[in-house]
Amino acid sequence: MIVTFYIFASIAVLFSLIILLTKNVLYAAFSLVVVFFCLAGIYVMSGAPFVGVTQILVYIGGIIVFIVFGVMLTNKLNDKNVLSESHNCVLGYGIGVILFVGFTVLINQINFQVHGLESIVNSSNDVRQIGILLMSDYLIPFEISGVLLLLALIGATVIAGRKREEQL
Amino acid sequence: MIPIEHFLILAGFLFLIGFVIVITKKNAIMVLIGIELMLNGANLNLISFSASDPNIGGQMFALFVILIAAAEAAVALAIILNVYKYYRTSNVDEINQIKP
Repeated sequence: MIVTFYIFASIAVLFSLIILLTKNVLYAAFSLVVVFFCLAGIYVMSGAPFVGVTQILVYIGGIIVFIVFGVMLTNKLNDKNVLSESHNCVLGYGIGVILFVGFTVLINQINFQVHGLESIVNSSNDVRQIGILLMSDYLIPFEISGVLLLLALIGATVIAGRKREEQL
Repeated sequence: MIPIEHFLILAGFLFLIGFVIVITKKNAIMVLIGIELMLNGANLNLISFSASDPNIGGQMFALFVILIAAAEAAVALAIILNVYKYYRTSNVDEINQIKP
């Protein structure tokens, strides 16, 4: 079971590198689906099945659809591929590599006082616990985030549907 | 047993890939994809520490992060669509006026 984590992690790393290196925006969007699936698997493995399912529902069911619709609506799709150019490549990759080496060194130096993941964590009452916590300790953030989501969706509709004839 | 450092290194890798995408790509939708990857890297950090936490604070925070990501993607795509309607491009380098 331990090897499952490394399989998921290597697939996620591979496809995130594809997102970085490809020029085609649609390939990037579909590679993002694979990365999200692998991350959902890792969440389920590390004892958070509800967050894993939410990840699949919200990211793959919602955000990927948003992104693909965005690609379709902001490009003239004739017969050519939707490409994205890059700039500052050397600087960006250099900063990324330097920061990754720095992160790795720092993480290996810190002595975390937590145990690693032995195997699949027992999470039989995870959803029940999340439900109780959402209705008790996290009640105010829960309500506020509901209002925030409503406001974001109304705002998105208003911004995207605004007419602009008078300014053209 | 998987040491927690491996989770953190994977999370840092995803975060930095997202970061490099944000600063190198020109298309606004690719920038949005990079932001989503960065949010997922942060989420993996929270989940991996929450596995050894009996009262699951990390998982709750990760749920709120997912919610904020959904709201952010909706508003960002609306803005990108509106920008595309005016400038006829989604290249972030060519968008150089605040008020058209």
